[in-house]
Amino acid sequence: MRYMLYEPKSFHAGEAQERIDKTHGLHPDDRYLKPGRIPHIWCPGCGLGIVLTAFIKAIDGLEIPIDRCAVVSGIGCTGRVAGYLNMDTYHTTHGRAIPFATGLKIAKPEMEVVVFSGDGDLFAIGGNHFIHGARRNMDLTVICVNNFNFGMTGGQSGPTTHMTAKTSTTPYGNCEYPFNLTHLAFASGATYVARWTTFHARYLIDSIKRAFEKKGFKFIEVISPCPTGYGRPNRLGSGLDEMKSYRDRSVIRNRIDPIDAPLEWKGPMVVGEFVDREKPTFLDRYREDILSRVQEGSRSA
Amino acid sequence: MSRDREVLTGEHFLNGDEACAEGAIAAGCRFFAGYPITPATEIAERMARRLPEVSGVYIQMEDEIASMAAVLGASWGGTKSMTATSGPGFSLMMENIGLGMMMETPCVVVNIMRGGPSTGLPTLVGQADVMQARWGSHGDYGVIALTPSSPQESFDFTIRAFDLSERFRLPVFLLSDEMVGHMYEKVVIPAKSTIKLLRRTKPRKSGQEFFPFQAGKDLVPPMACAGEGYRIHVTGLTHDEQGYPLITADAQERLIRRLCDKIRVNTDEIIQIEEIDTKGAEIVVVAYGCTARSAQEAVQIAQRNGVRVGFLRLLTVWPFPDKKIRELSRAGVRTFVVPEINYGQVAREVERCADGKEVILAARMGGAVHTPEMILEAIEEAARG
Repeated sequence: MRYMLYEPKSFHAGEAQERIDKTHGLHPDDRYLKPGRIPHIWCPGCGLGIVLTAFIKAIDGLEIPIDRCAVVSGIGCTGRVAGYLNMDTYHTTHGRAIPFATGLKIAKPEMEVVVFSGDGDLFAIGGNHFIHGARRNMDLTVICVNNFNFGMTGGQSGPTTHMTAKTSTTPYGNCEYPFNLTHLAFASGATYVARWTTFHARYLIDSIKRAFEKKGFKFIEVISPCPTGYGRPNRLGSGLDEMKSYRDRSVIRNRIDPIDAPLEWKGPMVVGEFVDREKPTFLDRYREDILSRVQEGSRSA
Repeated sequence: MSRDREVLTGEHFLNGDEACAEGAIAAGCRFFAGYPITPATEIAERMARRLPEVSGVYIQMEDEIASMAAVLGASWGGTKSMTATSGPGFSLMMENIGLGMMMETPCVVVNIMRGGPSTGLPTLVGQADVMQARWGSHGDYGVIALTPSSPQESFDFTIRAFDLSERFRLPVFLLSDEMVGHMYEKVVIPAKSTIKLLRRTKPRKSGQEFFPFQAGKDLVPPMACAGEGYRIHVTGLTHDEQGYPLITADAQERLIRRLCDKIRVNTDEIIQIEEIDTKGAEIVVVAYGCTARSAQEAVQIAQRNGVRVGFLRLLTVWPFPDKKIRELSRAGVRTFVVPEINYGQVAREVERCADGKEVILAARMGGAVHTPEMILEAIEEAARG
């Protein structure tokens, strides 16, 4: 067989450099962002910019060295967060960020491993991996941006879509029950469970900081507007209109059982730090119960 | 104590699965993520017992999809990692194998083949995953698959699989089968000092100047792992030499060609075959895995009966030894006889390269190994033709 191939344009580092020189470094947060990657791809009114900034502010506030952080993401709009952060980041397959992060954490236990993904990625295709990650109490911080739909692919329904909501695959209204993600996380074994909205940006920064200060499987749900995918078909207005709605409807309740923290569509939204407890992590247990015993036993042998 | 347990130098009586686990540990594997599946479970069991002895970690994941993801994550954390499965698990792993190929992640994936498709024959031999190993995940990428025929080779080839994965930065397959996996034979484990191990090349440039997916002549970029200060982005999306997603035809052209060519241009370094009496042969039997053992016996019997038959054993099935088959056809071989436990997977490859020479496929669908007599029958059929 003979090959006929077509010559592609070659790689030019120079083009990217120009963009970097012009725009990067003007803002103090820029050192946490990959040079030349802003502007991002998210829609006007999307809450992801707020979540990304909150994350950066939390790391900056705690002065965590960038090289001690690694971010693993899945597929979806939230998954694109990984590509903007100036740290070791891994944009993996749909739903599989948590097991990838599990392997990474085990190989590099001294690193802060954060999973950043969306409601569809973490709880539809990724549901099984989520509950097992929580069950094992892997030392991971999982930030789930919940916009109640699969935004990247154009606004289809997902496991958190409200009953009766319109999406591109529920043109007559969704007839399925949604998850209460915080309840699921708590029931599966998470040591820290919080829910905020993009309106609660400052509380969100504090929550992420709290997560970094703890060990175990930490889960933070962040409700975000998605004017393109969810807001428009359901006439929720602009991203700002939705945030005002969060402000008006949310009530902060800390230290409650997440089963008592429903997310009504047109009613109250319960947010807060629901669960904050201590429990040995997977690696704590592995080292204590297995490694030390095996090495101990061999020493006395 | 931990150091003594790394390489169990000496003579052992092990089955292929156990030997594979020992090979992994000897190769420096310190992370195993897997899920039980017949006939590979013994690998997981042995790793669960041995890894804590060498300060490694065994984790049983919730399914094979998670296992493959965890193996990739651990490799990016700088640890040599492995998983082991059989057909149904191999199918589940395919998407993340593709991710491993796209991210160019060194690791080893063991498939102890059994009868398929689907649940098939959980406890009995098959060899029908050969094409799946080559084409299983969507898209184009290069593949390396090693095919041991004994527990000793299961040990040796697992070490080689790790070396090749580190050298070429991709998941490397150990394509064994239930017969080799479950048979018990003598395995000689050499002294630790004699085992020379390869490790992924580290970047020489620092920080911002390092383009993580830019390669030199050998088409394999140096690898920066997590926490080493390079702050790289690694994605399953098509990406440019900086690693950033770049959804264009040009980026695809450059990247995919390199992923395939890094194997294609290095076949001389990768392919391993064993030739017995192929010089001047009119008939050549091509076999691999457990089938090769019966084939070798059949060839010897046929030779005693005066047939000019030679034997070509594949120690690597991917990349396929195109050049060797072509060379043999041009040197006077009339017929290739390919016994395998599938309906013709390697046979098609042989036919593709055989320059029009005859190929006789001696096929069993699964569940039992060819007897030497069955293969002898095919050789005699070739001799008659």
